[in-house]
Amino acid sequence: MAKAKKESDSAVIDPACAPEWTELLKQMILIRRFEEATEREFRKGKIGGYLHVYIGQEAVSSGIVSALRKGDAVFCGYRDHAQALALGSDPGKVMAELFGKATGVSKGKGGSMHLFDVEHGLYGGYGIVGGHLTLAAGAAYAKRYAGNDGIVVCYFGDGAMNIGSFHEAMNMAGLWGHQGMCPIIFIIENNGYAMGTSVERHSALTDLSARVRAYAIPTEKVDGQDIFAVRGVADRVVRQVRETGKPYCIEAVTYRFSGHGAADILQPYRSKEEVEKHKHRDPVVILRTRLAEVCGLSDDDVKAMDEWAVDEAAKAVKFAEESPAPADEELFADVVAEHGPRPVRESEHE
Amino acid sequence: MSEKSYRDAIREAMMEEMDRDPAVLIMGEDIGVYEGTFRITAGMLKKYGPKRVIDTPIAEAGMVGTAVGMAMLGLRPIVEMMTMNFAIVAADQILNHAAKVRYFSGGQVDVPLVVRGPQGAGVQLSAQHSQTFESFYAHFPGIHVVAPATPADAKGMLKTAIRGRDPVIFLESAALYGMKGEVPDDPDFTVPFGKSRVAREGSDVTIVSFSRMLQLSLIVADKLSKEEGIECEVIDLRTLRPLDMEPVYASVRKTHRAVAVQEQWKPFGAAAEIAANITETVFDELDAPVARVTGEDVPMPYARNLELLATPHEEDIARAVKKVMYAHG
Repeated sequence: MAKAKKESDSAVIDPACAPEWTELLKQMILIRRFEEATEREFRKGKIGGYLHVYIGQEAVSSGIVSALRKGDAVFCGYRDHAQALALGSDPGKVMAELFGKATGVSKGKGGSMHLFDVEHGLYGGYGIVGGHLTLAAGAAYAKRYAGNDGIVVCYFGDGAMNIGSFHEAMNMAGLWGHQGMCPIIFIIENNGYAMGTSVERHSALTDLSARVRAYAIPTEKVDGQDIFAVRGVADRVVRQVRETGKPYCIEAVTYRFSGHGAADILQPYRSKEEVEKHKHRDPVVILRTRLAEVCGLSDDDVKAMDEWAVDEAAKAVKFAEESPAPADEELFADVVAEHGPRPVRESEHE
Repeated sequence: MSEKSYRDAIREAMMEEMDRDPAVLIMGEDIGVYEGTFRITAGMLKKYGPKRVIDTPIAEAGMVGTAVGMAMLGLRPIVEMMTMNFAIVAADQILNHAAKVRYFSGGQVDVPLVVRGPQGAGVQLSAQHSQTFESFYAHFPGIHVVAPATPADAKGMLKTAIRGRDPVIFLESAALYGMKGEVPDDPDFTVPFGKSRVAREGSDVTIVSFSRMLQLSLIVADKLSKEEGIECEVIDLRTLRPLDMEPVYASVRKTHRAVAVQEQWKPFGAAAEIAANITETVFDELDAPVARVTGEDVPMPYARNLELLATPHEEDIARAVKKVMYAHG
């Protein structure tokens, strides 16, 4: 059964000199260059707070998101820049958010961990590990309740699988799935580490998907470095979940090349050799090589794409830099919709 | 107007809103087939079906979290907590998610979510089932905190909560469920948040309270009037967030004395907030320090005699009134 699925997946892929693959390569290179730019700007002090970049995992965001359509919703953890860009958020507005500017996707009030771009289907960026899984399951219920065929995709890391809300979300999604009321795809971004604690050290059962199956949700493991594999599974699963209203879980086995966050410089939990070994399976290189071999993508084509991506990232930085900070009044906006009496400030007593 | 119990007022508010707006649904533990521990949801599953009356597993984080997601996508979920004590299990979903997403999304989403359920002491449920949570939730921006003292307010404010755009913590007093009162029949009767009311007029001392302690304060006020000629003005805050102190200030300008009454523990409680506000704003009007009447600073004991010692009573309020009048002794 699993084998038959694999064959049909690759059937979607192989005649794949379609322009869409080139576009996906461009997107992944853009994400890579954008993330490198954020790391530089963080070191310059232009970006505050935490910064968690997606370098090494790009095929997991682009491979899934590219299979979605308008009306679908994406929830993810705080490693969320790639999802925003893959969904079509403007890179300048994403960078402006990281810079804490008024032009940011979340008006400069969320930062790196809380990117929101509802118009493009991004329902956040959340900073409490595992906390957003329940929200995503409820959003999936809402999609069916409203009678439309939109689906929800929920990204989370292997590190999110030990917290209560993971189990509560999975159980409720499984239950609602029995009634066809929970069209959601859970994506385990299994990059091997919960921050600095390896899967072997954080999970009593290292077969992570098995824990999802315990909640009557079917699962599938995929090579998260290979976008052909990811997209192939995504096409089939998106169709299936949209049709059935039942949840599904894809465990994408991947690896983050950068540190956990920008402050994770020493990385005492893994060796340089281990990182180097994984860099041989760079998702951007895998896609690029494949397109060169099968579709005749030339070095010049790749160079042009890269120059474009570097330029886009630079333009995003420039836009962010030149954008205004949020106005002081923004401090009180969006706390609640209907304002109660605003607290009186000292100066107003005079 | 019709006479209704606090319990029926709550059920009617929910059912009228479910009739009015298909986006309203309710979820909770044993609210459907079982019809609710306190029978607030009796008959609702039968009328609205399992898609709108959702029996959840015993998983508070799961039910509040999913409701937040539903609300963000345009539904209007009501989450019934079997008791508000259990909502602490969902504190992350309420405080880190529901209360924050509007803000950190830059206003891109509404979260029209109501988390409602009973709270309070009085029937020997001991430490984990007798707490009250006004000050706990009212500490956090991004949510409304409602604590009705009458059937009319229970109905009117629950409707405001369901029709709103923000998360609402709706704290019901379990002890008041059987209480009866006049409730307007108009299905569009609502009571706005952030409007305290004068529940009883008086000229000598201002008593500030909400929920069950408001009813207790009214009893004390009547007694003091009859027996000792002391006229208390009693203010019902109704919502702790937003907090409307203006009627309190107006009253203190008249009485020059104030007592704040709450069921929960004294440290960092609602009464402290009330007293601080009075002191900051109408200090010059005060003829005595603001007094606080609160529960004792202990986990709720089981034994009836100890439970009675731990909760505020009429005599405690009367004593505080006399204290601010320098009439005790």
